[in-house]
Amino acid sequence: MQMKPMVEACTLPDARGYYGAYGGRFVPETLIAPLEELAAAYAEAQADAGFRVELAHLLHTYAGRPTPLYLARRLTAHAGGARIYLKREDLAHTGAHKINNALGQGLLARRMGKRRVIAETGAGQHGVATATVCALLGLECTVYMGTADMARQAPNVERMRLLGAEVRGVDGGSRTLKDAINEALRDWASSYEDTYYLLGSALGPHPYPLMVRDLQSCIGREARDQLLAAEGRLPDVAVACVGGGSNAIGLFHAFRDDPVVLVGVEAGGQGIETGRHAARFGDPRRGRPGVLHGTRSYLLQDEHGQVAETFSISAGLDYPAVGPEHAYLREIGRARYTSVRDDEALAAFRLLARVEGIIPALESAHAVAEALKLAPTMDPGGIVLVNLSGRGDKDLAHVFSLFRGAQREAADG
Amino acid sequence: MAEGVTGERRIAAAFATAAADRRAALVIYLTAGWPSLEATLTLVPMLERAGADLVELGVPFSDPIADGPIIQRASYGALQQGTTPRRCVELVAQLRAGGVRLPLVLMGYYNPILAWGVGDCVRACREAGVDGLIVPDLPPEEAGELDGATRADGLALIPLVAPNTPQERLAGIAEGARGFLYLVSRPGTTGPRDRLADGLADYVARARRASRLPLALGFGISSPAQARQAARLADGVVIGSAIVEQAVQGPEAVEGLVRELRTAMAREE
Repeated sequence: MQMKPMVEACTLPDARGYYGAYGGRFVPETLIAPLEELAAAYAEAQADAGFRVELAHLLHTYAGRPTPLYLARRLTAHAGGARIYLKREDLAHTGAHKINNALGQGLLARRMGKRRVIAETGAGQHGVATATVCALLGLECTVYMGTADMARQAPNVERMRLLGAEVRGVDGGSRTLKDAINEALRDWASSYEDTYYLLGSALGPHPYPLMVRDLQSCIGREARDQLLAAEGRLPDVAVACVGGGSNAIGLFHAFRDDPVVLVGVEAGGQGIETGRHAARFGDPRRGRPGVLHGTRSYLLQDEHGQVAETFSISAGLDYPAVGPEHAYLREIGRARYTSVRDDEALAAFRLLARVEGIIPALESAHAVAEALKLAPTMDPGGIVLVNLSGRGDKDLAHVFSLFRGAQREAADG
Repeated sequence: MAEGVTGERRIAAAFATAAADRRAALVIYLTAGWPSLEATLTLVPMLERAGADLVELGVPFSDPIADGPIIQRASYGALQQGTTPRRCVELVAQLRAGGVRLPLVLMGYYNPILAWGVGDCVRACREAGVDGLIVPDLPPEEAGELDGATRADGLALIPLVAPNTPQERLAGIAEGARGFLYLVSRPGTTGPRDRLADGLADYVARARRASRLPLALGFGISSPAQARQAARLADGVVIGSAIVEQAVQGPEAVEGLVRELRTAMAREE
């Protein structure tokens, strides 16, 4: 696989929030001033040692960073080939990498004097992380969640409520993450004076993709150091699942100038050919550059520019657009993107539970499934680094019902 | 191009006519294809007869982030019935063929325009008799391509301004604007509110300082009483959700509301 240095990418985004042809700020005029305020406050916070120290302290003492890097020996033996390392974001507080971003933005919200925080959530992990940080910092919290996602991620809905957040079900459109973001943006357009919009992925209008990348890049930085300490070398390949793309950009960023192949894994759903998937890069017919939620990026859409419905077993990957920096990394050839089907992810989910005693989030299981494909094609001396972005507790009810359904089908068949 | 200035001119003329009548222009928003394309075809000539000065036809989009529940539902319904951007443009051509003369502006989100192709879309709009475009998710920073295309084809790209737009930015938006300035009356989405926003007079005055174009107030203005208040301040008043809601009841309901609005907006001497 060819690899290009990413010298130019280090300076991106530009002042208008563009990564090459992707990014920007496509929002109603009412949101321009709040976004300007946010960008200025973020730049100021970043330059403030006090802010950085407080964030680092919370990441360590509250979120449990650094998360471990774990050599999955039995998984490696099962795959046969390169060694598979797991970056254990599933062990972070609240069970996923989402806490990294939520803590950083939560501190920013408090610093900006906002009393209320709103967020969108798909799988519920970002909603739980936001609700958690709001409890920690004493902020009021409202989380928008599609009603289809509320049904398949019920435990997370209860967790958010337990943490003191109000969960507002969104019944519009496909009733998933996309619609939750629509509703959060609508809320923010009238509430920005006292409300902070804590966006959970590396998407949306500038400065969100930049901010979320910065706050998630601890994943890759830690993993790089940990691997150098353990192996004295870098991985050959780094793999992460890509919904909006925050865990992936968080992993990739530290390796941008290294000779490491970066692989993003999209949700292949029931297969690209069925049209029932969320593979923005994987479906050349419907995945084209477009504008959704304030940013120009790859977008699954019909011929008329209406946003397409997406399908994935994992709510966190069930999103029709992708963070703009991923579109850019793909275009310049720095990262490649592939997809894994629902059944492959489910098989990886079961396998990791059986051979390593780790139950991954269904999102992360996509990355594990890709690693299982890559490792056997590589030399046993090679290293595949997988971002295990979250744990699977939230998915158990959903997965068990799928298993039961499959058993019934087998019995009926 | 001589033919190309038609859109801007038609809009300017509509505001000038209203001003000569010593009243604010009544701008009516309808979601195209809601409750059906046939209904839209009937409603627009009726609006013209009932006294609307300009009509905005909403091009339905799957993810209308600037819209409240009423227009969201209408957009969704129109999409379910197969309303496409091309069909909306054809609709304008049909309306023109049927003799509709009042300015027609398409209001819709950016992605369908991008998917069509900016140049092709604008050309088709001009040929059909569209006078201008309003794209609520396209701030001036991102509007370069569409601005160039609409300029070349003589269509007005009507910018939106919000109460929280800083004065310097407002001046910059006004500088490049054509047609009219769309003043979003309050933060938030479209849809009825109990009362008009505070500070409207100061806001309109700020816009006046920045622009010589007509100023139209919209978002959150639904009742005749509210329209009357807004009409005292601005050169035009946009009524959207309230009309869309009536559209389901049938043309008579819409016509009744439009006549009420016109009466309410007439200035007492």
